[in-house]
Amino acid sequence: MSAAPAAATGLAIEAHGLTKRFGDVLALDRLDLAVPAGSVFGFLGPNGAGKTTTLRLLTGLGRPTAGTAVVAGVEVGRGGTDLAGRIGYLEQDPRFYGWMSGRELLTFVGRAYGIAGSALRSRVDEVLEMVGLVDAARRRIGGYSGGMRQRLGVGQALLPRPPVLFLDEPVSALDPEGRRDVLELIGRLRGEATVFMSTHILTDVERICDRVAILDHGRLVTEAPMDELLARHARPILELDPEPGQAMAVARLAAALRDAAWTRDCREEHGVLRVVVTDAEQAAAESLLLVVAAGVRLARFEHVRPTLEDVFLQLVGTEAPGPEVAS
Amino acid sequence: MTGFGLLLRKEIREQVRTARLPVVVAVFALIGLLSPVFARYVREIIEAVGGGQFQGMIPEPTVADAVAQFTKNMGQFGVLIAILVTMGSVATEKERGTAAFLLTKPITRGAFVGAKVLAIGTLLALATAVAGVLCWTYTAILFEPLPAAQFGAAVGLVWLSLAVVAALTFLASVATRSALVAGGIAFGAFLVAGILSVLPGLGTYMPTSLWGAAHLLALGTVPDPLAGPIVVNILFAVAAIGLAWWSFRRQEI
Repeated sequence: MSAAPAAATGLAIEAHGLTKRFGDVLALDRLDLAVPAGSVFGFLGPNGAGKTTTLRLLTGLGRPTAGTAVVAGVEVGRGGTDLAGRIGYLEQDPRFYGWMSGRELLTFVGRAYGIAGSALRSRVDEVLEMVGLVDAARRRIGGYSGGMRQRLGVGQALLPRPPVLFLDEPVSALDPEGRRDVLELIGRLRGEATVFMSTHILTDVERICDRVAILDHGRLVTEAPMDELLARHARPILELDPEPGQAMAVARLAAALRDAAWTRDCREEHGVLRVVVTDAEQAAAESLLLVVAAGVRLARFEHVRPTLEDVFLQLVGTEAPGPEVAS
Repeated sequence: MTGFGLLLRKEIREQVRTARLPVVVAVFALIGLLSPVFARYVREIIEAVGGGQFQGMIPEPTVADAVAQFTKNMGQFGVLIAILVTMGSVATEKERGTAAFLLTKPITRGAFVGAKVLAIGTLLALATAVAGVLCWTYTAILFEPLPAAQFGAAVGLVWLSLAVVAALTFLASVATRSALVAGGIAFGAFLVAGILSVLPGLGTYMPTSLWGAAHLLALGTVPDPLAGPIVVNILFAVAAIGLAWWSFRRQEI
């Protein structure tokens, strides 16, 4: 029940065979995880994949049907307050006491972690500044918007400077500016704390996460450093951007590209043909011939770097995930 | 019980800031104040409304009527309020997600349960005491002074009966995720206790029977049995709270 094991292994979160069943539904199936200390870890998966269930098990709110987990050196489910004292947790769609003000809530959280006096006051001021709620600090939380509640949620999770932070969809309710600010805030924690965040916004994960795990139907599909994941799973992609006003010809080209032996997937996104190929050399040699044969004039033809979304679609085989409902 | 003091302060501030404390105390104060007033003037009211047809049919009210009115009102409105203030105490926190917010902080589940139980018990005790003081004062003004010590003990019995109802409601609130369901279960249990209270022997030990004992005690008569029903009802409350704590410790939030 000490932090020694985490320090010894260099891992902030470990899960072995973590399984959760709700009646006949297998929500999580023998999940093994190893999250290095100090990393920003992205946890992805389509709706109902088991992300929120995993977070609830790792924070001690739920009980696994089987398996074990160790967070910040504390075995999860051992009872007591050791685990809670070392984590910060932001729920998806966080709810707080509407009668408290933002400042009162942060003060309450600080006291729960044993912070008091001037240290607490200055930390509360600092966190209010960090999450952009200085002006609303004295207002009742009941009057906060969803985005303000989410900012406050991030703030209360950060306040005690926990070694491990669990963030469930931390930016889902924020506007673009708020999202950028909070993501920068999370990114700055790298090396100081371990951040375990689930999100459905793949570009956010790509922007700030060092490592990524993808969960599907309760099973871990892959887990690796971001660069390695992109290199390992992403197939070459061609982007063909036709000039406007050639709908018929572009449709012919799309059909021809889909029929090509080296094409794995061909989709039209906002007028641009995006072709995932299995054989880059053959594709390079033959794709322009197909363009000429279809009589399409191109504004752009490019080999592009595969994104996390491409990897996600390849591994999970569904559209990019939407907001998840706790299961 | 890590975090007990912090949570108790939170509960009390919540009672004040959401106006629960002043509203409950005000309603109980009205019960205490109006019970002897109603007992004193009910004859005049009925005779006035009846246009003289009830003249002389209703006996002169006595101090016993004031006490009976008080215990009856506390047994109806008091119980209803005890259920209302308790039914959402845990269920609503689980439903809204604030329980998850709290329990991922260094706060034990025992502290969570203990702070709520103490806050609700104290609120009911304060409100019942205010009702008792007002009832005693107005009874003294309108009828005659009741023996203060015995009346105080009677008010204590009324509080015990409300505490048992609140404890059962609390257990229901822990067991469910809906305040309405918890309230329904508690009200059902209260009705069952009311039905059982007419049974000879067993009935004496039901929380609803404490009002009859309180009525006698307030008038200066020590009911028999008294100690047995008090002990049994304390055990009811302790068992319900203990079961709630045991259940909550094992629950997934």
